[in-house]
Amino acid sequence: MSVTEEIVKVIPRNISVIRQGSDKVFRGILIAGGLAAFVLLSGIFGYLAISAAPVLKAFGLEFFTGSSWYAGDGLLPSEGSMDPPTFGLAPMLWGSLLIAIIAVVIAIPMAIGIALAATYFLPKKIAFAFTIFVDLVAAIPSIVFGLWGFFVLMPHGALWAKWLNTHLGFIPFFKVEFEGFEQSPFMAGIVLAIMITPIIAAVSREIFSSVPPELITGAQALGASRWTMIRNVVLPFSKSGITGGAMLGLGRALGETIAVFFVLQLFFDDINWVRILESTGGSVASLIVSRFGEAQPLEISALFGAGLALFLITLATNALATTIVSTTNRTKK
Amino acid sequence: MSRLLSDTPTQPWKIVDPEYRIQQLVTHLGTPLLALLFTVVSPMSGFSGFTVTWFIFHTISAGLLAKYGKKKKSFANAFLEVFVGATIFVFVSFVATVLWPVISNGMAGVTHLNLIFQDAAKVGADTSLNKGGLGHAIVGTIIMVGIATLISVPIGILAALYVTEVRGKLTPFVRFFVQAMSGVPSIVAGLFIYSALIVSGILQYSGFAGALALSILMLPTVARTAEEILRLIPDDLRTAALALGGTQWRTVRMVVLPAAKSGLITSAILGIARVAGETAPLLLTAFGNNVLNLNPFSDSMSALPSYVFTQFLLGGDNDVKRAWFATFVLLVAISILFTAARIVADRMKRN
Repeated sequence: MSVTEEIVKVIPRNISVIRQGSDKVFRGILIAGGLAAFVLLSGIFGYLAISAAPVLKAFGLEFFTGSSWYAGDGLLPSEGSMDPPTFGLAPMLWGSLLIAIIAVVIAIPMAIGIALAATYFLPKKIAFAFTIFVDLVAAIPSIVFGLWGFFVLMPHGALWAKWLNTHLGFIPFFKVEFEGFEQSPFMAGIVLAIMITPIIAAVSREIFSSVPPELITGAQALGASRWTMIRNVVLPFSKSGITGGAMLGLGRALGETIAVFFVLQLFFDDINWVRILESTGGSVASLIVSRFGEAQPLEISALFGAGLALFLITLATNALATTIVSTTNRTKK
Repeated sequence: MSRLLSDTPTQPWKIVDPEYRIQQLVTHLGTPLLALLFTVVSPMSGFSGFTVTWFIFHTISAGLLAKYGKKKKSFANAFLEVFVGATIFVFVSFVATVLWPVISNGMAGVTHLNLIFQDAAKVGADTSLNKGGLGHAIVGTIIMVGIATLISVPIGILAALYVTEVRGKLTPFVRFFVQAMSGVPSIVAGLFIYSALIVSGILQYSGFAGALALSILMLPTVARTAEEILRLIPDDLRTAALALGGTQWRTVRMVVLPAAKSGLITSAILGIARVAGETAPLLLTAFGNNVLNLNPFSDSMSALPSYVFTQFLLGGDNDVKRAWFATFVLLVAISILFTAARIVADRMKRN
């Protein structure tokens, strides 16, 4: 704060407020409504934790680090089990992260291109229509993307994957240990990429349009081409905003269930670290849907543990993303 | 969205000679043809091969055009233009392949009106498309989404009103948690209702349980859009109402809410569009049913997305056809809702 501002600053007179009875009730109701989100979030955490407790108690940290998912006879060894179950979530956790990362890596350039087009390239009217179109894509239900992934993308995608494998197979990412390119993390990543592109694009577009116009006209007055202007003014300004948008997309991709269920083969016994073209993937959300129907009580409890892990991860990602986006908006406006 | 440079100066450098226009046309139209030729001749094949080769050819030719045609060293600029064009092209064509099968397969079902009005009580794998339908799923979706709307729209608007009207100490806290809640995966919402209400025996698998799961997903969407709308109401209106001696309750009820009415409707519609297509939570809460069930409190209930899911898993030829048709109905409904939300919002902005 500069010196002049300090001097001019006036301290306002305190105004005492006496609220009527009706207003007290009204404000009370509003506070209750405002706290609903907090109450629900803690309720979700509490119920998932309670329901997951039997398995978390029995397996401890092993539940998150172990890599085997076997329902057995549904009894714990302490209950006299003849065929003890083991529940290890690690392949699913890593699998979720892997497909979300693939999705974000594909979606970021696409979303930036779309946002740039809508803000700087397309004529005003076309840009408006295009924006509505992109927003509408964000509203397409995930089951539609699931059907698309299964019936349309998979046959083509398998060909692309095979091509990548034969020509670039020396790169660890494109290696496969056994053939079968159809239900791979790569495929799930493409489906998720199309789903999260509108989200990242919407955030980026908002950030782009909050770049101060004087910076842009200044750059243009100095004779900058569109590339120079975007490279030196727009992108540095919106770097952290785009990061936040990408993290929002990451959170969405981590939690996506149905679309992934259609295009990913779950593989429980080992962590598939980088072989993205192979049909051995993992996804926590998809695991819950695929096992829920036939699970016994103990496995249901394990699925609640999986849900708890998913909830905490997406919550953390989303909270971080929100903080990044809102701080950039505040400091730069 | 605001255009930055709305009052653009005349920009004399933008005037280009016709020769350059012709060169440009040749570059932009010639390269796809060249790429098409290349795709046919070379081992690169299919749509993807075409896109990749086109992108490479187009970048090179646009760069050459930029360098020699206009006599400027602006290869990077040309590359950026091609890149932006390519992202639009790739995205739009991907989305087209998403929508096209839904439309083409869905239109095949439009001629069978029974698909909309009958339920699936007597439908087996071999039943022809002339018998049975997905009416029960349509009704189920309407009931569940309706109940979810009744629950989450009031709460969402209250949360938004807290942020814009009370402006108390908890404001950042409330906004943060609403935002965090919008990231809750749909399957987790289903698990929560399952453990809190179904395992504990308060409810059975029912439409109401499904509606509760949907309302968890709907709440943050409604709260966030409603907040944005309420922010648009000028503070002058509020202070004027207060200066006339209105209490805060009267100010909100008689001034703020009526002014924001159409915007709040938009927020409700967007919330509905957000949850109408949710599948995962319904599988855990409302389950699914073959017959029409009008009572949300007893017995399982089917909805369009969960109907699509189960039909797909059945896997027979006719089952999948029915699934496509249900997807078509769902997509049409969501597009209508979305367009309605846009129209209402636009009308509000114009006022």
